[in-house]
Amino acid sequence: MEVSMTVNGTSYTHDVEPRTLLVTHLRENLRLTGTHVGCDTSSCGACTIIVDGETVKSCTLLAVQCEGAEIKTIEGMAENGKLHPIQESFREKHGLQCGFCTPGMILSSWQLLERNPNPSEDEIRHSLEGNFCRCTGYQNIVTAVQDAATKV
Amino acid sequence: MGDLIGKSVKRVEDNRFIKGEGKYTDDFNMDNQTHAVYVRSPHAHANIKGVDTSKAEALDGVVKVFTGQDIADAGIVGSICGWQVDFKNGDTMKEPGHPIMVADKVRHVGDAVALVIAESKNIARDAAGLVEVNYEVLDAVVNPKEAAQDGAPLVHDDVPNNTIYDWELGNKEETDAAFEKAHHITELSYHNQKLVPNAIEPRAALGHFDSNEDKYTLYTTSQNPHLARLVIGAFVLSIPEHKLRVISPDVGGGFGSKIFVYNDECGVLWAAKQIGRPVKWTADRTEAFFTDCHGRDHVTDAKIALDKEGKIIGLRTKTYASLGAYLSNFSSCVPTYLHGTLMQGLYTTPAIHVDVTAVVTHTVPVDALRGAGRPEATYGIERLVETAAREIGMDPAEFRLKNFIPPFDGVKQPGYQTQVALQYDSGNYEGALKKALKNANYEKLKKDRDKARAEGKLLGIGFSTYIEACGIAPSAVVGSLGARVGLYDAASIRVHPTGKVTIYSGAHSHGQGHETTFSQIVADSFGIGMEDVNVVHGDTESVPFGMGTYGSRSLAVCGSAIMKSVDKVKEKGARIAAHKLECSPDDLEFANGSWTVKGTDKSVGFGDVALTAYVPHSYPENEEPGLDFASFYDPANFVFPFGAHICVVEVDKETGQVKIVRYVTVDDAGNIINPMIVDGQVHGGVAHGIGQALYEGAVYDDSGQLLNGSMLDYCMPRADNFPMFETDTTVTPCPHNPLGVKGIGEAGTIGSTPAVVNAVIDALSDYGVKDLQMPLTPQSVWAAMQS
Ligand code: FES
Ligand code: FES
Repeated sequence: MEVSMTVNGTSYTHDVEPRTLLVTHLRENLRLTGTHVGCDTSSCGACTIIVDGETVKSCTLLAVQCEGAEIKTIEGMAENGKLHPIQESFREKHGLQCGFCTPGMILSSWQLLERNPNPSEDEIRHSLEGNFCRCTGYQNIVTAVQDAATKV
Repeated sequence: MGDLIGKSVKRVEDNRFIKGEGKYTDDFNMDNQTHAVYVRSPHAHANIKGVDTSKAEALDGVVKVFTGQDIADAGIVGSICGWQVDFKNGDTMKEPGHPIMVADKVRHVGDAVALVIAESKNIARDAAGLVEVNYEVLDAVVNPKEAAQDGAPLVHDDVPNNTIYDWELGNKEETDAAFEKAHHITELSYHNQKLVPNAIEPRAALGHFDSNEDKYTLYTTSQNPHLARLVIGAFVLSIPEHKLRVISPDVGGGFGSKIFVYNDECGVLWAAKQIGRPVKWTADRTEAFFTDCHGRDHVTDAKIALDKEGKIIGLRTKTYASLGAYLSNFSSCVPTYLHGTLMQGLYTTPAIHVDVTAVVTHTVPVDALRGAGRPEATYGIERLVETAAREIGMDPAEFRLKNFIPPFDGVKQPGYQTQVALQYDSGNYEGALKKALKNANYEKLKKDRDKARAEGKLLGIGFSTYIEACGIAPSAVVGSLGARVGLYDAASIRVHPTGKVTIYSGAHSHGQGHETTFSQIVADSFGIGMEDVNVVHGDTESVPFGMGTYGSRSLAVCGSAIMKSVDKVKEKGARIAAHKLECSPDDLEFANGSWTVKGTDKSVGFGDVALTAYVPHSYPENEEPGLDFASFYDPANFVFPFGAHICVVEVDKETGQVKIVRYVTVDDAGNIINPMIVDGQVHGGVAHGIGQALYEGAVYDDSGQLLNGSMLDYCMPRADNFPMFETDTTVTPCPHNPLGVKGIGEAGTIGSTPAVVNAVIDALSDYGVKDLQMPLTPQSVWAAMQS
């Protein structure tokens, strides 16, 4: 089946098997490997991306469901070579170790700050509940989001 | 030294990760690549009566289906055990084989029986579903203690009582005597439950055979690419080392689970040669649950004896440790040399006896997981100590302070010889605990607890003071204990003509931040900037033969190898500088990036010397050109980080839900290179250890089914499970390595589990609850409160 979508500002058209997951399409057809796969039960959040302005776990959608969609992945967060403030805060506050959960964490944090520019610690923790990190104990991720909130 | 060491330098590796530009194994692809899916057993124990691959092979796009029989026909053994632990009576450890795929019998859910290779992953998956395996299901055993009993179903026919070895350490007679004269005895029975590692990146492999060069390449998720090359090349597939390149690119967390050389990766490489095309395999999460080596699974009875002053006079443990269905690479040393040897804890206990029976069960193999043996030991000791203090009516902090080994720096005062083989390098245990008490404001905390209780709230305070042995390990020592490898590490330093530097590290970084800390060390040593240094790791074709990253060893062992290379560069650099300055090298001192003639302002810079080394027109006689040195470092001893953790919990009376209110740590990892990274390691470690205490645990039914084999069912710690951890450090340098460093990767995990359980038990003290089995789920806490 043919599917067209705009990803990080570039439009792509591909012929895909209908059962192709969006995350697989991004990773394998578009070679955008910043979006990661950590589970098969939509639990880990490593695959989080933005579809039409809302974060979704890209393992829960089929590519063909995204016909005409406007998609942003981690690769599209920095603009004109300038990091997004959330990206900067993750580095500044040591919000990552192995980096595998990081793209998903950054995009989930983006969604939170879009909805709530001034979240409390509890709100941050709660909103990142759908993203697993095995490395950081979440503390510096929370700190990074707090830091980013002062910048975005 | 310059001013980078000790600073929270921001991580250089983050640049790629925050942009999604890290390159993990699954991000690599090769031309003409195929995709592999393993067919795995749904049964824990069954005879294979037949395997029919015809339907799978007939599917369009299937390239090849291999079965266990193909492996048997090829005469390939599977991965091996790297540590021999013999029976008490001298009999050799049992080592049942573990072929890459089994032909006759499956021994755990997830055991591989066939490998399907196809043009796409979807086709491979479809075809895997078409492979028909006829199983005759057999009884299984999952509990380590039950496995050792007469009549238990056998995992391997040639392993009677499923027993791989029995083992003891310490002095039995003296321990018996201590218990005989004891004033008070505290006993506990506990299960360090089976844990699933769940690094967020699943394991993966991309194998390729180049027939022109007769050479294999394997991209894989490994914490130790050279170890992988050694095991695969020398033992599993008989590939000469120079014909096998292992590349471990960015790795999304390991926690021990990616130390091991798994059969799956070996199978991929083998298959790539058979079909003459690259083969790619990436585990899905379900597969990770059923194949990544699990951790812990120790069932233990333990007791300590006290005299009437409250001094510990004896400790005894009996552990049944499951190694799962097969012996993974380091499985055998975890319950013994990483667990039994830690039973001294931080205390002066004069008589200790540890007894371990290691068994196989019909479960996923068990091996090192963050802490590996040391969390199991620490859990036992710290639960016993806290329970004993409570039983004799002494404050648990005071009880510890009374029983601690007094401070010793390992220089003026000698190392501390334990009753269980180790010699601690340096320690100030009361220093750490006192600081933690102060940071937690313990006196006020106790009042808060009383007040909360008066208001009907269940507040509890728990302690844990831990020690761990890391920086593994002196090769001769581990060799005498049965290790089949040396445990040194290696690093080379290449100074480029313009004075820029590349570090080639045997250690592999998968979250630890080596690219930053190693650069800090080297930049400081040479008086150059962070931007003048980079780190290469993870490719056997470029880095020296190091043993990789596990057991919190990278800085203590590989960092020491780096320092040896630094010294070599400086020595040779001094000779070149002396030539340029027309003096003797002895007249020179090196500081801030220059060699200066002592007492003068005559100097020559590091970059200048580097350039001279590569353009040796005017050069010392008999000196080789170049500035490039490799070093191996075999540690003189283990290193022994330690610390004190205090946990405050509140238990919900209605639901049994445990909430961590405060978590205070004081860890001592020796000298600190990057405090920010140390802090981060503690956070992650503490979260992992709290996971064991409150949330995690593989649940098996009697037939050997893993009932919670998915991230939906297995309770992983989440962001909203924790408060902000209050971390701090003390610094007791390691006396025997050049940087004075110890290690911090596992400390949090080792320290936190007992602190949390102790706190919950304290919270439940009005209910007379003395002990609970982990994980402390709301259900189990609530049930304990009712009974
Ligand atoms: S891969 Fe999508 S939630 Fe885990
Ligand atoms: S940084 Fe490794 S999983 Fe989050």
